[in-house]
Parts: sequence; C-alpha cells; structure tokens
Amino acid sequence: MSDAVTAEELRKSYPGGVRALDGLTLTVRAGEVFGLLGPNGAGKSSTVKILTTLARPDSGRATVAGHDVLRHPERVRREIGVVPQRSALDPMASGRDNLTLQGRIFGVRGKALTRRVDELLDRFGLAEAAGRTVRGWSGGMQRRLDVALALVHKPGVLFLDEPTTGLDPEGRAEMWTEIGRLAADESMAILLTTHYLDEADRLAGRLAIVDGGKIVTEGTPEQLKGELRGDAVHLELRQPPDEPRARQAISHVAGLREVALEGRTLSARADDGAAAVPAALAALESAGIGVATVTVARPSLDDVYLRHAGRRFAA
Amino acid sequence: MTTLLTHTYWMTNRRLKVLIKQPAFVVIMLVQPAIWLFLFGNLFRRVVELPGFGGGDYLDYIVPGVVAMTAVSSSMWSGMGVLEEIERGTMNRLLTTPVARGAIMNALVMEQVLSLTVQVAAVILLGLAAGASYPGGVAGLLVLLIAALLLGTVFSALSNTVGMLARQRETIIGINTMLLLPLTFLSSAFMASSLMPSWMRTIADWNPVNWALDAARAAMTASPDWGVVLSRGAWLLGLAVVMLVLSTRTFRAYQKSV
Repeated sequence: MSDAVTAEELRKSYPGGVRALDGLTLTVRAGEVFGLLGPNGAGKSSTVKILTTLARPDSGRATVAGHDVLRHPERVRREIGVVPQRSALDPMASGRDNLTLQGRIFGVRGKALTRRVDELLDRFGLAEAAGRTVRGWSGGMQRRLDVALALVHKPGVLFLDEPTTGLDPEGRAEMWTEIGRLAADESMAILLTTHYLDEADRLAGRLAIVDGGKIVTEGTPEQLKGELRGDAVHLELRQPPDEPRARQAISHVAGLREVALEGRTLSARADDGAAAVPAALAALESAGIGVATVTVARPSLDDVYLRHAGRRFAA
Repeated sequence: MTTLLTHTYWMTNRRLKVLIKQPAFVVIMLVQPAIWLFLFGNLFRRVVELPGFGGGDYLDYIVPGVVAMTAVSSSMWSGMGVLEEIERGTMNRLLTTPVARGAIMNALVMEQVLSLTVQVAAVILLGLAAGASYPGGVAGLLVLLIAALLLGTVFSALSNTVGMLARQRETIIGINTMLLLPLTFLSSAFMASSLMPSWMRTIADWNPVNWALDAARAAMTASPDWGVVLSRGAWLLGLAVVMLVLSTRTFRAYQKSV
C-alpha cells in the first residue's frame, strides 16, 4: 500500500519574514497514527495547513492519499478529514444540521446521510443534544462534534490538529479514548499534532519531533526513548548558578554525560543514575552550588525532546 | 457548474437558517428603509417644485431612490459575514472540503439578495400605503427589484472581496462610511440629475447606483423606455458578474497568507 502522506522539503515563510517551515520532510504510512510533536510555533500547524490544501508552501512537494496537494487539491479534499486546532462549528446550527451539511458537501445524500449522521451522533454520545444549537454545548461536546464532522465521509486520511488543546482533563481522557478507537481502524491513517508529550507517547505509533520548522528526529516512541542510553538525572539548583563553574564542577563526576544547564535546572544522563547522584551532589556542594531537589528517571519523550531540540520542552 | 449551483444552494440555506434565528436583525432590516422613506419624503417634499425637476409627486420619485440606497447600504456589510466565517474557523473548515469555492462567496451574496428582496417589497408597499403611485405597473416594479438585486450583488461581492483581503472590520466600516452617502447623492436617488452641476452628472454617469435608478425610473413610467432599461441592466449585470468572479479569486490571496 502506498503512503498516506508524504511531504518533501516543505518551506514556507509568512509576510513579515517569519519562517514557519524550513525544509520539513515526513511520511505517514497507510493505517498508522503519526504524531507530530513540538512546541507552539514549531511549524506543526503550517504543515497541517499545507497538507490539507489550506495554504501553499513556498517550495517543496507533498502528497496526500496519493494526490499532489498543489496540482490536485480538489482530489485531496475528497480524501481527508480535518479536525482543526480551534473548534470550527456553526454555533447557531444544531449538531444534526452541522453534520448533515458536512455530509452533503461530500455528496452523501438521502437515507445514507441520515443513517451516517445518526451513527456518528450515537458514537460520540451526542444523540441527546443533537437537536439543540451547538452554541450551548460544552467544550468537550463541541470538540467531539468537530471529530464527527471530519469523519462524515469516511476519509482515508484524518488530520487531528491539537485535538485536546483547551479541554479539561475529563474531556482530554474522552478524546484519547476516541482517538484510540479511531487508530484501531486500519483503513485510515491519522496525522496527529500535539504539544503534549504524554499525548504523543500514548497515541502515536510513530512520531516526529518538529522544531524550528523541520523534523529533528523521528521513530516509534520506544525507539526514540531507547536511543537515550541510561537514566535522566535532573538537579534543581537553589539559585541560577554561574554556568562555567557549575559545568566545571560536574565534569569531574564519573558516569555523567550530556550535561545541559537551563536556568536552575541541570540535566544529565547516567548509565546508573542512582550511583551518580551522590557524587554529583558532593561536587556541586563543594563548588558552593546548592541543590534543591534531585530526580532520577527512566528516559521520557521530554528527554528525547531535550536532546534533539537542545532545550527543555516547554509547551 | 451544477456543483457550484448545488453547493451555493446548501451554503445559502446554511446562512439563512442562522438569519431567521435573529428576529431583531430582521426587524431592524425592515425599519431602516421605512425611516428613510419617511425622513427624505418629508424633508425634500418640495424639491419637485424646483424649475427643471419635472414636477410630479416626490413620494413617487423617492421610492426607487430609497430602494437603491437600501440595496447599497445593506449589501455593503456583507463582508462582515466573511470575517465572521474566518474568525469562527468555519471558513478554513469549509476550504478543506470539496465545497465549490464560489459557493462560499455566492451564499453570502444570496443572503443579501434574499433579504434585500424582502426590504424592497416592504418599501414598495409602504410607499403604496403612503399614497405613491406606480404608473409602470408590475413590470416597472419588477425592474426596480431586479435592478436593486443586481446593485446589491455588486456591493455585496465588493464587500466580500474587501473582507477576504483586508480581514479587518475597521476597513469595511471605513469604506462603507466613506462610500454610502457619495454613492447615493451622486445619483438621481433624491434629486433629479438635470439639477446636478455638470461635473456631478459626469460622475453620476459612472455610478452603478445611478445605472440602477436609470433602469428603474425608465421602467416605472407610464411609457417605459426599454432601451435604457436593457442597457443599464446589462451594465449592472456585467459589473455584478465581474465582482462575483473577483470575490472568488480572493481565495488565492487568502491561501498565501493563511
């Protein structure tokens, strides 16, 4: 089977000289959930806008469901479902009207349309509210309707642009369950963007970290975490330290590598974290640098991000 | 082409369902032209006595004038609908579906055209109630309606174009405030062209509002001049088509800046 999405060397700048994409390349395989992880402004949304035919890149090529997004945008549009970053419903229309119109646009008609709309309302727990105008719905319900809208025509490729941003914990949990169910449907590929590490870790089969408009690394969450040998050691210092002095002190500690200092946080990697901590503490104390807290952790996606983007993930 | 028509139908339907849920708006829409008819009708009542105006009843004279002014003033807010769609995210959602691009724009125009039809009917009936006479009969009134709808299409599509390109409420408000009165008074809406200074008349010749009024007035007399009706009608239709095409072309610019 061919790839669901390919993007090659996408570049895009906005008026005013802001460079959103700087040679982004990615591939989403048929049937998989591909996570695009990165902080705000990294280029996730620009990528989605180009792949969903909303925006045009300055250069580069992209295909979705086998169709070139620049040469045949109308073919791409028939194949995709899009859940935008911000909810995009007709607030004065009922849930049913929203769904029905979306279905009509995709050429679903008559009984088939009624059946599909009912099916989606049921599935997303919206049947009871279906007749009421969407304006009065809760944020979580509106978000579920956004997803239902994207699915009305059974798309081959689904774009979920930060689907849980702005949801409360309960709404997020529901959305995760729903995306998990969608992922089980192997006839549909999903491109999920998120700035939540835990979300990407949990939902994506494969993921890419995007930073500064390009992909800095990609793989399965396990691969990415596995690339980092050993434990992550984080030391929270009492005060922002004098950088050379702190580095100097810590460099003598055996078993610590990849030392990074950001503000009051000193991060490093160690084959055996527990063994390295006492030595590190002693070295810092003797250099006059007080340590407030120490954590030792197995590698997380946060660490992957730190390693590839060169700074801590701050969403 | 059938896709464009079907999609325009569904998109218009979508907007009208929202419109009728705002009864206050519908009432204001009808009250405004009534106020103009009353104000201008009384204020300028005696201008018909001016030598060269041609006499007659001023109420008869300003019914088409109020209709034309209403057509311009309501339709030129159409771009606000564009901004609303963009801000709600519905514009982007629609643009990622196969919906005909033209249908999105045409629906906004159709919304104006349909509300304008109600407004024009209201003005005609109010005029009748106040004692206006329409010697051109139904045919004349029909021409008045069609001319108003074409005029509405021109200004609605223009406003949509501005909305898509500028994407700022202030721009639309500014342009409308600037244009409405000059467009109205550089036409025969409330004052006979023959009484305008000649430079004004020259400008009025290029004013689509005046084209609509020429056509309507020519058809609303006892002996209609169909040549004028057809020529002015054709100009209006041509301009309306140009503006519609232009408004749809703005999606290209939008795609670059989104």
